[in-house]
Amino acid sequence: MRPAASLIIFTTLSGLGLGLAALIGLGYLEAKSSQWIIIHAAMCLGLIGAGIISSTVHLGHPERAWRALSQWRSSWLSREGVMAGLTTIVLAGYFLDQLYSGVARPWLGIIVSILSLITIYTTAMIYASLKTIARWHHVLTPVVFVLLALAGGCLLAAALQALAGTASTAPLDVPLTQWGIGLIALASLVKIIWWVNAGKNGSGSTPESATGLGGLGEVRMIMPPHTEENWLQHEMGFVVARKHAARLAIIAFILAAILPLLVLGLYPQSAALLILAAAIHLAGVMMERWLFFAEAKHTVTLYYGDRH
Amino acid sequence: MTCLPSATEKKLGLVIDLDICVGCQACVVNCKEWNTAGYGAPLADINPYGDNPSGAWLNRVHAFETGKGADARVVHFPKSCLHCEDAPCVTVCPTGASYKREEDGIVLVNEDSCIGCGLCAWSCPYGAREMDPAEGVMKKCTLCVDRIYNEHLAEEDRVPACVRTCPTSARHFGDLGDPDSDVSQLVAARGGYDLMPEQNTKPVNKYLPPRPRPRHEIEDVDLVSMAKKTTPKGFWKWLDQALDQLPG
Repeated sequence: MRPAASLIIFTTLSGLGLGLAALIGLGYLEAKSSQWIIIHAAMCLGLIGAGIISSTVHLGHPERAWRALSQWRSSWLSREGVMAGLTTIVLAGYFLDQLYSGVARPWLGIIVSILSLITIYTTAMIYASLKTIARWHHVLTPVVFVLLALAGGCLLAAALQALAGTASTAPLDVPLTQWGIGLIALASLVKIIWWVNAGKNGSGSTPESATGLGGLGEVRMIMPPHTEENWLQHEMGFVVARKHAARLAIIAFILAAILPLLVLGLYPQSAALLILAAAIHLAGVMMERWLFFAEAKHTVTLYYGDRH
Repeated sequence: MTCLPSATEKKLGLVIDLDICVGCQACVVNCKEWNTAGYGAPLADINPYGDNPSGAWLNRVHAFETGKGADARVVHFPKSCLHCEDAPCVTVCPTGASYKREEDGIVLVNEDSCIGCGLCAWSCPYGAREMDPAEGVMKKCTLCVDRIYNEHLAEEDRVPACVRTCPTSARHFGDLGDPDSDVSQLVAARGGYDLMPEQNTKPVNKYLPPRPRPRHEIEDVDLVSMAKKTTPKGFWKWLDQALDQLPG
């Protein structure tokens, strides 16, 4: 599948903003002044908003994007739109209420967290629900999206906390930086299990089942139906990454996990390094998302001489 | 609405005979011609006379080779929307633009509410949908919905353009939900089948397999040694050398 920049930015930025919102809602990061409430709100809503705006760039008709809110009964993309809108509104309400009343209401925070997690899940399900792309159609795909969003959100929360110089309010008396270590390690573990297993057995379809000609023997393409690449191949026949997939995955792993883990473990007090670690982590997750698209094979390529 | 109807009154669709398709591409061209002037936005071409032309087409004819040696054969393979009963392209649509008609089972796109997200094309295992490069909306086979019910056309023209134009009658159109229809009888007689049944899309369109051919027993011939230059022996060798020495 073609790794469209708009979709990589959409899934990573909105994921990061929603991960941060989920942790703020659970009380992992307290704002010491109204100025910090505004900074937290700007971070969460800015990231989520940038992601949603980026997703509309992918559309042929962005001005009709509002129509996507109507088919939540059958479409994961529609559910994602509805949930993103609802979460943004409740999240904005949560911060406004905190700004005016001066207290963060825990019950509203829990609602924010639940809505944020559901929104990340619906984003992942747009991809995980597609049977045609075996790599994505895996039970761990949404788990990876949620865990990476929480890991990134935790890293960003730790950076904001160090910047504000406030004491950790994360639960269980475990500092935010250590929650970050745990979440990044868990996300990495699940991602590696996904990377090894997802789509390992292919889509179950072959050139023989795609043409129904298996009874005559092995099916080979002898002539494509058009002389130049068509939209289907441009969109779903992306092959550039395959050769370097393992190497790129290791670089993504170093950026998204190893370097942030080193900073969280060795320099948990350094705001500058934590901010740098959050930026490096985001770059790593963007690379992970690029590979998520680039490595995925669509059944339509079976008609163009591919074999999964 | 992008929920699928629980059942459709008819199951209009195509039956494509792979035994007699000769891959002439006439159906591809007539499909483009009719559908660029009829239903919805025209089918755009980008750079059609340049060195990298592209464009939206609703019907494509692939060619495959199967078997080996004396059993090898080429099969021309037309492919367009199969108007699936469990069409995944319909349920993934976030706007309701993609829908399946309850009366005849045709899968259509309402181009006025299509946002051009492309998710329906991702969900289709067959590659039946293509994004229009100029209009930014999804294009797909309409089963020539603007022909088949069109009373301004002569009765013999009230079939999809691809069916009407096929010079070998490799394409048939009818109600596959009616077991007594010509197309259903044809499918039953020839063992018509679904493409990628494992994807559980329940395609309405059926394909008829190439008929078995008599196997021609061919003696194994070593073509490589036949092609090698043979060197003459004895008298012929002398003659060969003697002739080589003659002037001229």
